[in-house]
Amino acid sequence: MARVFVSGSVARHLTGGETEFEVKADTVGRLVRELDRRFPGLGNQVEESMAVAIDGVICQDTLMEPIPPDSEIHLIPKIAGG
Amino acid sequence: MDDLARELNMDPIALREKNAAKDGTKAAYGPTLKDIGFVETLEAAKTHPNMQAKLGPNQGRGVACGFWFNIGGESSGAVHVNEDGTVVVVSGNPDIGGSRASMAMMAAEVLGIPVERVRPIVGDTSSIAYSFLTGGSRVTFATGMAVSQAAEKVVEQLKARAAALWDISAEAVEWRDGTAYPAGPNAGEFEPLPLAEIASKSGRTGGPITAEVSVNAQGAGPGYATHVCDVEVDRETGHVTILRYTAVQDVGRAIHPTYVEGQIQGGVTQGVGWALNEEYIYNAKGQLENPGFLDYRVPVASDLPMIDAVMVEVPNPRHPFGAKGVGEVPIVPPMAAVANAIRDAIGVRMHDLPMSPPKIRAALDAGELPMAAE
Repeated sequence: MARVFVSGSVARHLTGGETEFEVKADTVGRLVRELDRRFPGLGNQVEESMAVAIDGVICQDTLMEPIPPDSEIHLIPKIAGG
Repeated sequence: MDDLARELNMDPIALREKNAAKDGTKAAYGPTLKDIGFVETLEAAKTHPNMQAKLGPNQGRGVACGFWFNIGGESSGAVHVNEDGTVVVVSGNPDIGGSRASMAMMAAEVLGIPVERVRPIVGDTSSIAYSFLTGGSRVTFATGMAVSQAAEKVVEQLKARAAALWDISAEAVEWRDGTAYPAGPNAGEFEPLPLAEIASKSGRTGGPITAEVSVNAQGAGPGYATHVCDVEVDRETGHVTILRYTAVQDVGRAIHPTYVEGQIQGGVTQGVGWALNEEYIYNAKGQLENPGFLDYRVPVASDLPMIDAVMVEVPNPRHPFGAKGVGEVPIVPPMAAVANAIRDAIGVRMHDLPMSPPKIRAALDAGELPMAAE
């Protein structure tokens, strides 16, 4: 199970204030679907506006990135620029 | 941080060393950091000869550190082998900071041939697949990843062509130093085939040798920098002269070191302009009064000393050559480094940018802090 940490006011609103929980998902795409099932709207928020840090490595605009078991996942605002 | 160090009577770098983020540190934005080189930048700054330079009256030294996340994103690269044994690398990002040369170097390294035989060109969107924006941090990382992978595919094709010429299995061919060799005695005895020779026969073994790869690169890895700035302030005019500037940065693995240094120097130059001069000036009617570079003052070469760029290399394990983004990190520390140096020089803490002569004169007149001992 991956441990998910939520930051950002919109995302926290969608989780009803929950900032830390466990999710079973082995890719970012499955994480997004599971988040949306549990917290309607959060999956879309993550997919469109957030980056996903998997064990310290920031990924964004991807559904394909694998999530190893027992990962530390941080949902953070998407990073612009480049 | 420099004010804190002053209050604690500590060396400003020593204070930062005690508190620096390192592998395993929880970042302020959440994730646990890894493969970062912040501490290494502090160590390199501490031992740099510029730290030993004596300061005179109205001169001061400021330290500042900075960080940027960096990103990867969508990028495409193509590698073509010409019949004469030269290679063309096509990428979709206009050259930024010498990135074309870096593309050529990475392709040459994978192919095992001299970089002089690789010609990097920038293709438009009708000739190469999409690449995300061209920025100072992501091109060598992300587009370099696509180019490296395309070159790896080309190596596989070159091995297959050698195998066809020798009439053996491609698995029995080894590629090193730009040449195909039989992988071992069981593969048979054949004269090694250099890339140019395989290329000259490519028409007979299946046609042109080429590969294009598109990626959505992830795991750019954050970059850290420590900057040390020495200034002299003219108390009469408020003009600030940059005496020395040392910019140390963890760049991952520098693909083209002198261009990486150039990126760091460019970032510092922009930062110094932001620190000391750059601002929009509007009149009472809301009209911009400094719309050109004559009045909107950016630093030119004569405004600056040689910027000493120092690279420390903590490779990014998520890039084939260990690259991290470089171009954005060096714009982060200069404003604080210059402000800290001004504080050290004249005892005035500036809070607003730019720290232009009128503002420095006004701050001196207001006596915001007691004057430094002269």
